[in-house]
Amino acid sequence: MTYVVNGKSFDEEPAPGQCLRTFLRSLGHYGVKKGCDAGDCGACTVWLDGDPIHSCITPAYRAEGREVTTIEGIGSPGELHPMQRQFRDAPGFQCGFCTAGMIMTSAAFTETQKENLPQALKGNLCRCTGYRGIEDAVKGVAGLATAAPGKAVGTSVGAPAADDVVTGRAEFTMDTHIEGMLHLKVVHSPHAHARIVSIDKTAALAVPGVQRVYTWEDVPRKRFTTAIHTDHLVDPDDTFILDNTVRFVGQRVVAVLADTVRAAEEGCRRVDVEYEVIPAVFDPEEAMADGAPQLHGAHDSFVRDPVHNILFEIHSHIGDIDAGFAEADVIHEGTYSSPRVQHAHLETHGSIAWMDNGRLNVRTSSQSPSIAKGKLAYLFALRPDQVRVFCKRVGGGFGGKQEVISEDLVALAALDTGRPVCFEYTREEEFTTASTRHPMTLTVKLGAKADGTLTAFQVRNVSNTGAYGNHGGETLHAGGAAVMIYRCPNKKYDAFSVYTNTIPGGALRGYGMTQPAFAVESAMDELARTLHIDPLELRRRNIVRPGDLLVAMHDGPEDVVIAEDGLAKCIDLVADAMARTDNEPPPGSGWLVGAGVASSVHETAPPTEHISEAWVTLGDDLMYELAVGTVEFGEGTSTAHVQIAANQLGTTPSRIRLVQSDTDRTGFDTGAFASAGLFVAGNAVLRAANAVRDRILELAAAHMGVRLAMCSMEETGVVCGDQRMSLAELVALARARGVRFTAARKAYGSPRSVTSNTQGFRIAVHRVTGEIRILYSVQATDAAVVINPAQVRGQVEGGVAQGIGFTLTENHHVDADGAMSNPNLRNYRIPTYADIPRTDVLLVDSADSFGPLRSKGIAECCINPVAPALANALHDATGVRYRALPLTPERIYSRLNQLNEDQPVPRNRAAEELSE
Amino acid sequence: MDLNTITEVVRRPSGRPGADWREGDTWLAGGTWLFSTEQPSLRRLIDLTALHWDPLVPSDAGLEIGATCTIRDLYAFARPGVGIAGTLFTKSCEAFLSSFKVWNSATVGGNICLSLPAGPMITLTVALEATYELWAPDGSARTVDALDFVTGDNQNILTPGEILRRIDIPARALRKRAAHRRFTLTRLGRSTVFLIGTQTPGASDLVLTVTAGTTRPVRIAFDTMPDARTLQQSIDVIPEEVWFADPNGTPDHRRHLTKHFAEEIRRELMAGGPA
Repeated sequence: MTYVVNGKSFDEEPAPGQCLRTFLRSLGHYGVKKGCDAGDCGACTVWLDGDPIHSCITPAYRAEGREVTTIEGIGSPGELHPMQRQFRDAPGFQCGFCTAGMIMTSAAFTETQKENLPQALKGNLCRCTGYRGIEDAVKGVAGLATAAPGKAVGTSVGAPAADDVVTGRAEFTMDTHIEGMLHLKVVHSPHAHARIVSIDKTAALAVPGVQRVYTWEDVPRKRFTTAIHTDHLVDPDDTFILDNTVRFVGQRVVAVLADTVRAAEEGCRRVDVEYEVIPAVFDPEEAMADGAPQLHGAHDSFVRDPVHNILFEIHSHIGDIDAGFAEADVIHEGTYSSPRVQHAHLETHGSIAWMDNGRLNVRTSSQSPSIAKGKLAYLFALRPDQVRVFCKRVGGGFGGKQEVISEDLVALAALDTGRPVCFEYTREEEFTTASTRHPMTLTVKLGAKADGTLTAFQVRNVSNTGAYGNHGGETLHAGGAAVMIYRCPNKKYDAFSVYTNTIPGGALRGYGMTQPAFAVESAMDELARTLHIDPLELRRRNIVRPGDLLVAMHDGPEDVVIAEDGLAKCIDLVADAMARTDNEPPPGSGWLVGAGVASSVHETAPPTEHISEAWVTLGDDLMYELAVGTVEFGEGTSTAHVQIAANQLGTTPSRIRLVQSDTDRTGFDTGAFASAGLFVAGNAVLRAANAVRDRILELAAAHMGVRLAMCSMEETGVVCGDQRMSLAELVALARARGVRFTAARKAYGSPRSVTSNTQGFRIAVHRVTGEIRILYSVQATDAAVVINPAQVRGQVEGGVAQGIGFTLTENHHVDADGAMSNPNLRNYRIPTYADIPRTDVLLVDSADSFGPLRSKGIAECCINPVAPALANALHDATGVRYRALPLTPERIYSRLNQLNEDQPVPRNRAAEELSE
Repeated sequence: MDLNTITEVVRRPSGRPGADWREGDTWLAGGTWLFSTEQPSLRRLIDLTALHWDPLVPSDAGLEIGATCTIRDLYAFARPGVGIAGTLFTKSCEAFLSSFKVWNSATVGGNICLSLPAGPMITLTVALEATYELWAPDGSARTVDALDFVTGDNQNILTPGEILRRIDIPARALRKRAAHRRFTLTRLGRSTVFLIGTQTPGASDLVLTVTAGTTRPVRIAFDTMPDARTLQQSIDVIPEEVWFADPNGTPDHRRHLTKHFAEEIRRELMAGGPA
């Protein structure tokens, strides 16, 4: 039999049950991606005799004698297919993991399909872009610009890897093959809480190809935290690589290592585990009650109250809360809850480890190779120089990869066997074993004077950290952002992070601020209604302003400074935009229309330690090499770092060669999270580039005998007054004098600024079915100085889209025994193209930042105001307040129908217009 | 995904397959569902597409659809003007959660045999009063009413080794007037409810097919168009346990939507709405 791929014949034979996706990858076509492995996401799209198909659900043998075309077959860097060029130039990607599938789908569209993109694109999921960029790409709209030398900042230049991404050449973690590589698969706990009585490996080890079966007895008995922070003391050491107690359905129990995935899977099925099931608790309030099942012992002093499963608690009181309520004219109190949701980055977790000259090498999908390296060194008692961790391009993160949950097992197996080891998560494992957002329930009590001035601000937050405490404490602290946004002399914040027998929470875009933002911004909207004050006006009267201290939990020295009135400007921009678009008619009879807004503020770097180092070197090839630890997973920091370096060195991005995310080749970097990739690592890049620039100028000035102030950088040389030296001459001169144009600089996440934003929605709600349609979406953000306008727009659009998913459709459905019943992208519904409106992205004019060139990251905080703005719009449309997410039709309709009977005409402006 | 327990594929089965049916066997048509989830109990795939059954055979008697007819072929066949087929066939194909790329492989019979409540080919064929021809491994055949085929969520009357060979839609059904309503929790998501009402031309009857919201299709037939109250009551008597609970909808909401859309269908057909 013969298989023809991209015009080339192959004699290899697929296995009987093999799908075309893995067969094509085994032949070296790594552009064919796995997002879901189930026909839902489209990342694996290829053409079979010219027809696009999902290769993951196509039996491989059916390609026999037919022509298969993959992303690599339609174009290459320098010879792009028109659709590849359109995706590059729109740009129509961020992380780039869905891109090959998007291109292979779009490039096959008929004209009729192009007219109906919601239908045509429904088999392709993108988690990063919010689809506007993809729509532009399909329609051939370009958004990129070329930077003049020294003018890269402020220009929408393309991502350094763009050509590789759109041609399927960009390497992600799994896009490689190592001879002799073993595969690791995991047995998961079927019980929410159980002790392991015994594990019989015999039958598993008898499976041909199975090499090892690892249990809790085979791993270093060291507790650690999977959470990634520079300071590991901010998280509890409560996790073993493999444990003899399981605390949630899905927890790893056994790891099977085999020659093939097939043998490893069979080995997993043959492992005989005997469990002693013990009582489980799923609700954090129940877990805190006397007599509740206890998840963890008293071995970790971090845990505040192990008997009551309280991992961490915060109690702060500023001013006099009782006095504040006593002087209030109006008091509003409500309880708001946010459910468990997931990142659903298109690339699943995965790592490959091998030994090289006695050193452990780990290639992984992580947001921080530096911290992952430190954890592996600790777990396996290795010197830091014995470990290398690096990332190729990463297919989306959103905080999900701020966690060491695949590197440990491959390291264990590679150190044990000396052979290369691969561990790749399935999509189901993403949902049932990787981290999620912490479900939080917040009770917000606000007191205000009749003019809207807040007199008392009280919040009780109960966060469900799940079975382990990774990020449990830090997310609880972060929730203070929703309290610090408003000035109020009397504040009280009580918060609990509680262990339960559920999947652990973790870091997710918004990081503990999203849930409190939903609560506080909903409560402010309700307060505004009670006071008969416009919700935006109520905010204007209470928001923090320049010169105010940001007071959340303590009133003392701090490193966050507000220098400009960014939040007020955001509010004004959204107010104008909402007023301007106020005249759109409802979609038809039966629809209620309403508008809602919400705001948030976000510190530009985390309060914990965040450090980054950058190296800049002018090479003999006259290219500047920029080495920085930051990983690229679609957040766009690589583009920004290159722009900053080019800007300072007077050159263009094409002359900057980026080396990144490799502990052997770059300096330390805490990681790309908390928007610190730009704010912290960008500052390191700026300083290193400035240092190299200054060295070059100093040498040129000295050589030409001119004052330094007379000299400036050009793209290929230095100009000093009316004299000029080329970079080639300067490099030769430097070499002769033993000088090197190279510099390393570190940056630190302090002092910090704030990013602020405001979101507005106008929605229609069907009064019978409960369906919500978004008619208009706008977000204003204070990005200060913008490095790359197209990227800023794309990040906000993507964050709003993800926020819409978290608000309107996404939810972990969990059964009575604690097992998730929808662990796939077919039933856990992240937004498709059809679900997402275009969002107007408005930038305030500001330079309020301690970031590089007064820039700051905006990719994280944009998600925070989305849910409350939608809930507030829903209230405005229907007169009914919904205080629990998600806002799905089946949760909405019943209360609307009560309204239809009791209250035929809702008392709100939009509905009155409708009923005329 | 790779189905790693599969050890054999029968790529060219005999014209009347099933004689050597054994445990661990499964029929393979498009494979789009089969390959979308783990199948640890399966060992052998028997490829029915190799039999090249005629996909679509229109005749005076009606329309015969081979079970391995792809959704793409059905969608292409469904031109406006071919009786009500033009609208209902198109809408039923578009009711798939899956993309047009899946339609290139997925089959009508595969969707019916998967027997999910939201299977739009079930909705379509029950509404059009189709019969199914089933082939048993012993060489015998039987014909069943489409309504009786699906018995619950992912459950049907097929015995081990039995094959759905063909779907026959009678010409009289193809000539009927029809109205349909569908609701999904996401914009183009999987059906929460999918209802089709049909009416004989020149008559005032109503056949209402309720699917997706129920674990099996429910058909409610009236010789003359019922009043609103009667129609609502006919839905109220659907047993509690038939309303389906899954991530695509709750039983309460599904009953509520069904009653709402049933009334819309009634009004549309009474008003002589779209044929």
